[in-house]
Amino acid sequence: MADLKTVFMGISSPNPFWLASAPPTNSGEQIMRAFDAGWGGAVWKTIGEPVVNTASRYSSVDWNGQRMMGLNNIELISDRPIEDNLREMAEVKKRYPKHAVIASLMVESKREVWHDIVKRAEDAGADGLELNFGCPHGMSERGMGAAVGQVPEYSCMITEWAKEAARTPVMVKLTPNVTDIRLIARAAKKGGADGLSAINTINSITGIDLDTLIPRPNVGGLSAHGGYCGPAVKPIALHLVQQITSDPEVALPISGIGGVAGWREAAEFILLGCGNVQVCTAVMHYGYRIVEDMIDGLSNWMDEKGYRTVEDFRGLTMPRMKEWKHLDLNFKIVARINADKCIGCDLCYIACWDGAHQCIHHEVKEPPAVREARSRQRITLTPIAKLDQARGGNGHGEAAAPHVPHVDEEECVGCNLCALVCPVEECITMEKVETGKPVESWEQRTAGRVYSKPGQ
Amino acid sequence: MSDTELPIKRNLERFADLHPALDSKSAVTEANRCLGCFDAPCMDACPTHIDVPRFIKKIASGNVRGSARTILEANILGMSCSRACPVEVLCEGACVMHRYNKKPIEIGRLQRFAMEDFHEKRKPGAPVPVRHAEKIACIGGGPASIACAAELRQQGFAVTVFDNRPLPGGLATYGVAEYKLRPSDSLREVEMVRDMGVEFRRAEVGKDVPLDALEREYAFVFLGMGLGAMDMLGIPGEDTRGVIDALRFIERYKTQSDLPVGRIVAVIGGGNTAIDAANAAVRLGAEEVHIFYRRTEKEMPAFPFEYDHAKVEAVHFHWLAQPVEILAPNGRAEGVRFVKTALGAPDATGRRNAEPVQGSEFVFPCDMVIPALGQSRFLELLRTSPGITIEKKAVAVDRPTGRTTNPKYFAGGDCVNGGREVVDAVADGKRAARAIAQEVLHG
Repeated sequence: MADLKTVFMGISSPNPFWLASAPPTNSGEQIMRAFDAGWGGAVWKTIGEPVVNTASRYSSVDWNGQRMMGLNNIELISDRPIEDNLREMAEVKKRYPKHAVIASLMVESKREVWHDIVKRAEDAGADGLELNFGCPHGMSERGMGAAVGQVPEYSCMITEWAKEAARTPVMVKLTPNVTDIRLIARAAKKGGADGLSAINTINSITGIDLDTLIPRPNVGGLSAHGGYCGPAVKPIALHLVQQITSDPEVALPISGIGGVAGWREAAEFILLGCGNVQVCTAVMHYGYRIVEDMIDGLSNWMDEKGYRTVEDFRGLTMPRMKEWKHLDLNFKIVARINADKCIGCDLCYIACWDGAHQCIHHEVKEPPAVREARSRQRITLTPIAKLDQARGGNGHGEAAAPHVPHVDEEECVGCNLCALVCPVEECITMEKVETGKPVESWEQRTAGRVYSKPGQ
Repeated sequence: MSDTELPIKRNLERFADLHPALDSKSAVTEANRCLGCFDAPCMDACPTHIDVPRFIKKIASGNVRGSARTILEANILGMSCSRACPVEVLCEGACVMHRYNKKPIEIGRLQRFAMEDFHEKRKPGAPVPVRHAEKIACIGGGPASIACAAELRQQGFAVTVFDNRPLPGGLATYGVAEYKLRPSDSLREVEMVRDMGVEFRRAEVGKDVPLDALEREYAFVFLGMGLGAMDMLGIPGEDTRGVIDALRFIERYKTQSDLPVGRIVAVIGGGNTAIDAANAAVRLGAEEVHIFYRRTEKEMPAFPFEYDHAKVEAVHFHWLAQPVEILAPNGRAEGVRFVKTALGAPDATGRRNAEPVQGSEFVFPCDMVIPALGQSRFLELLRTSPGITIEKKAVAVDRPTGRTTNPKYFAGGDCVNGGREVVDAVADGKRAARAIAQEVLHG
């Protein structure tokens, strides 16, 4: 049976699932309910001088009838007094000593102010601190949040200030709204950070109401850019996390954040080197209860794979993420369509024809438009048994067998597109073709050739 | 027909929508299930070849107006069809999802969603100007004629639809089960076609308007008059009170608020119309409704899903029984005498004949009898029409054009296909309209 207990920056928790600093961790009462539901840790909604928030604050992107593929917020840090937050934190720690409670902090960029808040949070019993250098809206206009996190020198300096006072581990939460996240990660490391968390939300405008022309979220007819999160951002978050975990100059524990909604995403972040994950949007959508399947799903997967602890598989995928120039140019795969599973939707056919390399065909080779026009000319009748029998028909019409497209394997470039669009599981598979050629990367093929870089 | 306001209040209560409308959120969710097949089998299965994936994706994108137009370009009666079509054997029956053990896309309900939005927001625009001297007459006011007239009118022809009934729309107005399509909805479509500039004239051709007068005034005549009244049982007692054929029964409950229904009702026949009548009798308050059919479940021509529906409505089925007499000792139906039948040798079409079993007669007491046999009697008109060939009880036409053996006449709908669905009539009418336009423009 898998053991999900993790130790991150020296802080232990029953499992790697932490709540990110956000509305679900706004109060002690909420966090205790979350711990009861099974969450392993919680990063308190960022504590600082209380703010005034707007109504409304959130907006989302729906996709194909699914709600909240991506969520955007313009909410600021905690709007509750620092004393209330810290008093509740002490209470939570007293009642849940085995769970991780992290204080997320953001204050004015003054050394003594940082010293003060660090001490107070630790006195309240925080197991560790997270410095919020990422909030992309509102706070950044006041010289905090992303205004710090986008400048390596500031990130380094404020991390140093926090570390001067801190007795517990300090992690820095990174903003993705930079050109190279590694520079900020290195700066945090230089400032003495014990760990990192990434990513914070991505600058975003989710959309515009096409009736009123007002962008969302609507605050009295106006809007401001917000921070984007939810399932839509996972691929971006995974990439940024991988950039950091693969950077030998950083080498710090990382708490993975961004689109984690279930155990699968959690496993992915951990496979790329994260020590744990933080979750917010999925909880805002469905509630704390989602952690049950995260724990159950990850345990089952670990059992199947034979991993006893999270450390057993942490980072296992890292060696498989390379620069493009190292990929084997002689590796060949082609699409194979399983005729027994094909339902005849022809999505692979039209995708290959219009969007790829024109190597999927039908028996009759004719352009798609011609085929479509021909089927429109056909005379079709509602099958009615009595009338069709009188005319020698078969009564109720039987669905014709699907016309299964076929792949011209000589032409197929093995791009995956047909398999990606196919709605049926395992219907189109990408099969390896032996070329008899040795592994050869672009780097090997062009060894010795020197490419000029832009500006050189 | 009465002056009752349609739809009748009683019908709204007792004939709630069988497939209720989708709201916009659920329509978008359902629309997004559609795979968007290329050269989709649903489009192929639709007699009017509506580009189903295209109109569904437009619902998904929030372009409901574009969705409705996509439907109407193919099928001017998209509203009636969305409700009356037996989608199980048409578009939805062809959905590739069936091959994947998944529920087919609810194409009918999505089409209804787009059409209702369209008709609610529709404002009459200026009709297309008449550009051609040749006028066209459509005989019969049902789906075939309406589709033919709408297509020709859009192409700049002056068109008149002749119909002898108080309300236009034919069986789309009078003949579809109320829980599928209400007359008021069919009439909205007629209004749209009227707003396009099609003239509707209430007159019976051959009686009020002589055929030769019609031929003089109009360059072409489209025959879309359907099949006429239902066949008689041909047994004693058929003309007494308490006996009403299924089509008249359906027409009356849909348009009259005071139609009396029997306590125990016997419906005779095994087709879809028999089932519509039986279900209606149940909903109108009959205590028991019984369907008698002279063959068995297996030979019954009704769609399987209609049969299932009737069972849910608690209609009783009796197989292998053929009526020989309606008993009406006091001038009112009091029962039906049946003879049991046995299935004999298959006939030319492969269907086994029902043969009476001697000495097996029995009486079924009831106070209402609804014969629901086929319709095959054409209007007198056709017998006198010059040079129009009738084959196998239908007007013979060239299928792709609807052209009859008389070059001045085209035909479509039930009088050609023997009595199918609204959508088949629309397809016929539109094909004929295009052939007529082609004939005028290119000889």
